[in-house]
Amino acid sequence: MASGPSGGTSSPRGVLAVINNPTFRGVIVQLVFVAVLAWFVWDVIDNTARNLQRANIAAGYGFLNRTAGFGIVQTLIDYAETSSYGRAVLVGLLNTLLVAGLGIVVATALGFLVGIARLSRNWLIAKIATAYVEIIRNIPLLLQLFFWYFAVLRAVPGMREKWTFLGVFHLNIAGLHVPRLAFGDGSIFILAAIPVAIAISVFVAHWGKGRLDRTGRKPPVGWISAALIVGLPILVFFIAGRPITFDVPVFNETGPILRRGFQSGTGMTIIPEFVGLVLALSIYTAAYIAEVVRAGIEAVSHGQSEAAASLGLKPGQTLRFVVIPQALRVIIPPLTNQYLNLTKNSSLAVAVAYPDLVSVGGTVLNQTGQAVEMVSIWMLFYLGLSLLTSMVMNYWNRRVALVER
Amino acid sequence: MRRTIVSAVTGITLALAGLSFASAGTLEDVKAKGFVQCGVNPSLIGFGVPDEKGVWSGLDVDFCRAVASAIFGDPTKVKYTPLNAKERFTALQSGEIDLLSRNTTWTMSRDTSLGLMFVGVTYYDGQGFMVRKSLGVSSALELSGAKVCAQTGTTTELNLADYFRSHNMPYEVVAFEKNEEVLQAYEAGRCDAYTTDASGLYAERLKLTNPDDHMILPEIISKEPLGPAVRQGDDKWFNVVKWTLFALLDAEELGITKANVDEKKTSDNPEIKRLLGTEGDFGTGVGLTNDWAYNIIKQVGNYGEIFDANVGPSTKLGIARGLNNLWSKGGIQYAPPIR
Ligand SMILES: N[C@@H](CCC(=O)N[C@@H](CS)C(=O)NCC(=O)O)C(=O)O
Repeated sequence: MASGPSGGTSSPRGVLAVINNPTFRGVIVQLVFVAVLAWFVWDVIDNTARNLQRANIAAGYGFLNRTAGFGIVQTLIDYAETSSYGRAVLVGLLNTLLVAGLGIVVATALGFLVGIARLSRNWLIAKIATAYVEIIRNIPLLLQLFFWYFAVLRAVPGMREKWTFLGVFHLNIAGLHVPRLAFGDGSIFILAAIPVAIAISVFVAHWGKGRLDRTGRKPPVGWISAALIVGLPILVFFIAGRPITFDVPVFNETGPILRRGFQSGTGMTIIPEFVGLVLALSIYTAAYIAEVVRAGIEAVSHGQSEAAASLGLKPGQTLRFVVIPQALRVIIPPLTNQYLNLTKNSSLAVAVAYPDLVSVGGTVLNQTGQAVEMVSIWMLFYLGLSLLTSMVMNYWNRRVALVER
Repeated sequence: MRRTIVSAVTGITLALAGLSFASAGTLEDVKAKGFVQCGVNPSLIGFGVPDEKGVWSGLDVDFCRAVASAIFGDPTKVKYTPLNAKERFTALQSGEIDLLSRNTTWTMSRDTSLGLMFVGVTYYDGQGFMVRKSLGVSSALELSGAKVCAQTGTTTELNLADYFRSHNMPYEVVAFEKNEEVLQAYEAGRCDAYTTDASGLYAERLKLTNPDDHMILPEIISKEPLGPAVRQGDDKWFNVVKWTLFALLDAEELGITKANVDEKKTSDNPEIKRLLGTEGDFGTGVGLTNDWAYNIIKQVGNYGEIFDANVGPSTKLGIARGLNNLWSKGGIQYAPPIR
């Protein structure tokens, strides 16, 4: 310090020192950046609002309270033409969640199956799995969507005919018609029995683990839990006087042609648009998931399996206790990407008349002309859903990650 | 370095601020770039459809050509933007097209809150239903409980809901984004009925494998005045497009056709003289030349000729003039006089 040419600590040097301080500079630069970004965003919004006004285009979210006036083919909540635009958007949103949720489950199951099959020692199975991945990955999703949708439509009988499976499942071009559960008085006890059974199972599992640690013997915890979760609600069902009944779809074979076929309001109908979309999304995404799974398994060094084998583990056990837990660490991050892709791809729904958020929102946009507002709803929803999926997957990832000391 | 960032930021901001409405003068823009950018239907026989060589035809297309003739004396000075029902208004609002001529229904909300303005009616239409003959229905009132295929982003969807609701009939709508899929699904048997503007029904029926197995029900359930639209707030351009439509109608009323327009130029009839620009200064009044209407008729013909050539009885569609006849011949097509 004493080597300074001017000796004393004058204030300009102090200021200079502060300015030259990297932390201080970093903070300033970041503050400036945030300020510029905020100003930029504000300018865009303000400018848009002014331009809309100048072009005589209505603005604001007030339209969500106005009457929608159009029908929707699949609604998970009560909806009629007299409902509001806001409600219509909600119907679309739930339909998106349904298709994405089911798509993810089916794609994961199929993807794991194909991924493991690709590594099979059976030549034929491995080649079929490879062909699946290569074909599906290289055809645009929209084409596959049309293929599945129209293949479903053309393959099944017309609206006044049906195919019946197991006596209660009926299929025709209007969809898959299945019995619907009708909940009468007292059903609530049955529904309440399920969490109770789960709670007891958790307790049993705990006890089982303690037993395993103490005696080295594993009690049949899985069987006990299964019996509880299935048995308890059934028991309550009979005690409560069978309050849940089946509402079966009614099929008319006579009368004017238009009146024949399944009667609306009876049973439950799974529409072909939904089936086509779930099929296309899950078959497509499964091809990518299969690759992710294969890569994950191959990333576990062969020595691990050999070591497991020399410890006397059977091949199935090796896979379950040694390979998969380690493979999951590699699989989960790219798997998250595939889930996000599937969710975003579900917006192709409009091409096959499935009323998802983009389809219904598009109709709303057209009736009201409020593009900016509607697009902002779309973006917020997909962003929120993607962030949520990432959060859940990251949590899972942290749980299986290697804990290093 | 810092200076570049600052100037880039200012530049972007200025650009955003400057993004305000492209310009006030569409007519000047069109003249400067040398063509009219016209939004049309890419697949509606009789209204807008390109052939295998990429040459467009149809009633809506001919209207674009008439506007180009009025401005440039040349009907080929048009560039077409194919638009589906959903995209059309955004394309006009954003300035991507100068003129929307795509079987679009003039409604109050579209006219007032979308920032656009309809110039008139080129085709008076109404919504109808097509069903399989084998269904055994002869009236739309028998469609209770039917499944109906329709296209999203159209007035069709709303009329359908209104009609079934007001007649207390249950129904189910399967709504697709593109017309091709609506038709395919209907043909596959997903729906009992297909609904759209009657003109569209006639056009789409031709695309079915066996058009004769299908029939169009007699009920017309709505008013669908189809017409061209422009952006709101550009009165000069609005006038040019509006008076192109009126010139087409006035020409028919005065008996001026593509074939006889040169001969009519020497006519003594003052109304004809004003229309063809041999008397008065009407063309320059809308920012064009005085032979604007002469050019329209010479290049594309009058309204009746356009109608007959694209959708009239001698075409595949075989639609009668009906409401679209001139007011003097039992229809409701009527244009203000040129004077
Ligand atoms: N006039 C109605 C309907 C117009 C409309 O889009 N019609 C359909 C059915 S004829 C169509 O042109 N589709 C052709 C396409 O989108 O390619 C409206 O303005 O909303």
